[in-house]
Amino acid sequence: MDVFRLTAHEIAEQSRKKEFTAGAVLSGLQARIAAIDGKVRAYVRKNGDVPFRDTLSHSGPLSGVPVTLKDNICTEGFNTECCSKILAGFKPPYDATVVTKLRAAGASILPLKANQDEFAFGSSTENSCFGPTHNPWDLDRVPGGSSGGSAAAVAADEAIVALGSDTGGSIRQPASFCGVVGLKPTYGRVSRYGLIAFASSLDQIGPFSKDVRDSALIMNTIAGHDPMDATSVDVPVPDYTAALTNDIKGLKIAIPKEYFVEGMDPEVKTILQEAIAKLQTLGASTGDVSLPHSKYAVPVYYILGTAEASSNLGRFDGVQYGLRAKTKKLVEMYTKTRGEGFGAEAKRRVLLGTFALSHGYYDAYYLRALKVRTLIKRDFDAVFNQFDCIVTPTAPTPAFKIGEKAENPLQMYLSDIYTINANLAGIPAISIPCGFTKKGLPVGLQIMAKPFAEETLFRAAHAYEHNTQWHTMKPAL
Amino acid sequence: MGYEPVIGLEVHVQLKTRTKVFCGCPTAFGAEPNTQVCPVCLGMPGSLPVLNRTAFEYSVKVGLALNCTVQEFTKFDRKHYYYPDLPKNIQISQYDLPISTNGFLDVEVDGTSRRIGIRRAHLEEDAGKLVHKEEKSLVDYNRTGQPLLEVVTEPDIHTPEEAYEYLSDLKAIIQYLGVSDCDMEKGTLRCDANISVRPQGTTGLGVKSELKNLNSFKAVRDGLRYEIERHIETLTSGGTIVQETRLWDDKAGKTVAMRSKEEAKDYRYFPEPDLPPFIVKKEQIAAIRATLPELPKAKRARFQKEFGLSAETAAMVTTTASTAQFAEDALKLASNKDAVVNWITGALFAESNARGKDLAELGITPKALNDLIALVQGQTISNLTAKAVLTEMIDSGKAAARIIQEKNLAQISDNTELEAQVQAVIGENPKSVADFKSGKENAVMFLVGQVMKRTRGKANPKIVQELLKRRIQDA
Repeated sequence: MDVFRLTAHEIAEQSRKKEFTAGAVLSGLQARIAAIDGKVRAYVRKNGDVPFRDTLSHSGPLSGVPVTLKDNICTEGFNTECCSKILAGFKPPYDATVVTKLRAAGASILPLKANQDEFAFGSSTENSCFGPTHNPWDLDRVPGGSSGGSAAAVAADEAIVALGSDTGGSIRQPASFCGVVGLKPTYGRVSRYGLIAFASSLDQIGPFSKDVRDSALIMNTIAGHDPMDATSVDVPVPDYTAALTNDIKGLKIAIPKEYFVEGMDPEVKTILQEAIAKLQTLGASTGDVSLPHSKYAVPVYYILGTAEASSNLGRFDGVQYGLRAKTKKLVEMYTKTRGEGFGAEAKRRVLLGTFALSHGYYDAYYLRALKVRTLIKRDFDAVFNQFDCIVTPTAPTPAFKIGEKAENPLQMYLSDIYTINANLAGIPAISIPCGFTKKGLPVGLQIMAKPFAEETLFRAAHAYEHNTQWHTMKPAL
Repeated sequence: MGYEPVIGLEVHVQLKTRTKVFCGCPTAFGAEPNTQVCPVCLGMPGSLPVLNRTAFEYSVKVGLALNCTVQEFTKFDRKHYYYPDLPKNIQISQYDLPISTNGFLDVEVDGTSRRIGIRRAHLEEDAGKLVHKEEKSLVDYNRTGQPLLEVVTEPDIHTPEEAYEYLSDLKAIIQYLGVSDCDMEKGTLRCDANISVRPQGTTGLGVKSELKNLNSFKAVRDGLRYEIERHIETLTSGGTIVQETRLWDDKAGKTVAMRSKEEAKDYRYFPEPDLPPFIVKKEQIAAIRATLPELPKAKRARFQKEFGLSAETAAMVTTTASTAQFAEDALKLASNKDAVVNWITGALFAESNARGKDLAELGITPKALNDLIALVQGQTISNLTAKAVLTEMIDSGKAAARIIQEKNLAQISDNTELEAQVQAVIGENPKSVADFKSGKENAVMFLVGQVMKRTRGKANPKIVQELLKRRIQDA
């Protein structure tokens, strides 16, 4: 059996039993990457000469498991560039908290980084200074984004598990496009320390995996309070794998009517309805609900997200690290460095966000968006008073063609229409494979739950997965 | 037509926490450049701020001491501007919900009490320092992220003298709280002043100038005096004042325009998403209030009442908490309170100034001072010798009695021992003796001096004088 086909829980179990020789998993994975990444381009090649090292760990819940990281998660001494020219050559002087935790659990961190949209600005991984990643199910299509490299790597068996970041759907939408499991945890569940910020009040790190068990396993390790992140919450971390009971009898599922309307691909709609029917046959009950303020999610997100991004990206000025334009004058150094270093989408968002925060516009844009965000959150609170979870499609369409929406930012922004709400409300949400279109493109099912109810997501997702075969399907590469 | 000056002060106080306000880096002064830094204060991508609780508590203490309302709900905001000493190009500060608001400080000028309103006191992070070397500019980030408390007054100050008193009182209060050194030379206290003038009797505000580069309280006072004159002269001669920032040139004794406020920056404040807003419970505020020490004003009043000091003396011995503590301890032990106060405000202040050390750091205990005073009162040593002994006590750390013994400094009060010296001096100075006999009373002082000389200052001058008079008259 090819080791790259294995899941993290399989590798960890066999590592603990010392069934692998040192380096076997990593060299197997390395060979797989060498064989097919020329087509997929899930990884960005930097420090290509850094050898794969086996941590030789034979203990810990993730012993021997190689983990792939998105290019915005800091690793000490190893390039972390957010796929942006402005961070060219940036080697962080420290590890992100998730990296420290993974290593402590026996995992090894791959000396490669997964491709992404520059600074996570995008839904297709086309906005990368390294060029686009290709969807393993159809190489002419995008893998989704912004964590498209992480999703594609897992789908193509170029990664066992991967971490991404999700600000408005950047884990779930690519998971849906690539037919893998992707989780955005509750805001504050996983430390953001070492995640290069896009929008601080929305960003969360989360796992991509081949099955729900791996997602739970990774969360067991990376979740929890971090004294280095004031927004991480001190709520005990349960054993998430204990929620994988294959029992959802009595689970109350809400179906929001606003998520099944115009603009939705008819095939996606049919597949979703079948998935919901499956959940019902497994013992769950469903009820129709309304999330009336959801229709404002996209504009609210693009005001708050760009406002925070414009502030967070202020530090990329050429003074301490990364790109510095050659000039003798200070202001010119700032403008040239930023002009040369940022891609078009980054510039667009910095401009939008700067405008939204400007004197005279703050109240009309930023403050108003904050208020609507509260209303959206209240919509969800009300639903969770009566239901355990909410089920929706993850994205309105399957993966689109490379270049199809590249010239139309607004169309691109709308591909996150179903995922943004969870970030605005701070709630956890998971995307799992739930079928394929006639063209053979994966479709994802999104489950959302109340804050810190990741166990509910795992319970529902696992029961569905256990009784379907979608997660076992592999792209022909 | 007369003009009334309107002055508001913005004071930045560096809180003396052990570590920086949003990371664990040390705050020690004078370290090698860029040795007290970490990913957080360098604003490295992915790093996050975490609030230093002590800095917050110190801020609350100052707020309470300045009679402010301490907010129960407070938050941090991001202030945006580009400068190389600001690594994130964001300063974490507080915009609309500062820790403290609406306080006041009563200051006394020429015996009249004036109430200066405190608009707000908020916590923020300091920036680094630029060092310019020939063609290059270098950045030292050691100061980046040090906690600063910005205390802003209402425009309630009307004379440079009031501004001076306000600053002195503010400094004393903050030093009493033990939360900052308030040392303008080291930059742990910085002051900017807003100044405008308006026709006497009106209530509107004139066009203001903002004064910077005020490096001492005296500079604040002198700078304001200059600006007030400049404003009034400009206006009375038909000119107009432009709103601008002006730098005080201490050497030249004048202000010069720096930049016009017309290009006012848009700081794009918004709530800091990396630091959740926090709620301070009433009980927490009460607990912090309970730790407040007796403040200068209360202490002065108590010293007057308890030790019978004049208002002036009480003020002198309470300028710093440590001096006040020393004075209190010394006064409690004292048999002669006047002598204690005189020694503190005289010799000890002089030693403290000369050595550039705090009085409490001189190594003299309140008891040691009282012992020294007792030796003077008991006529073991003269006042003059005592001052030399005090210097020696500070230098060597030895007790007064031991120094007197070792150096054989005790006064000679023994008549038989002095008798011989007196007789010798009378024999050697017939002219002075004659002068004295002929009624020149002062002549005896010359003879006393001669005896003192022969005894190398150890003779008790009173006894010498008596003996001299008696022997001359007897002769």
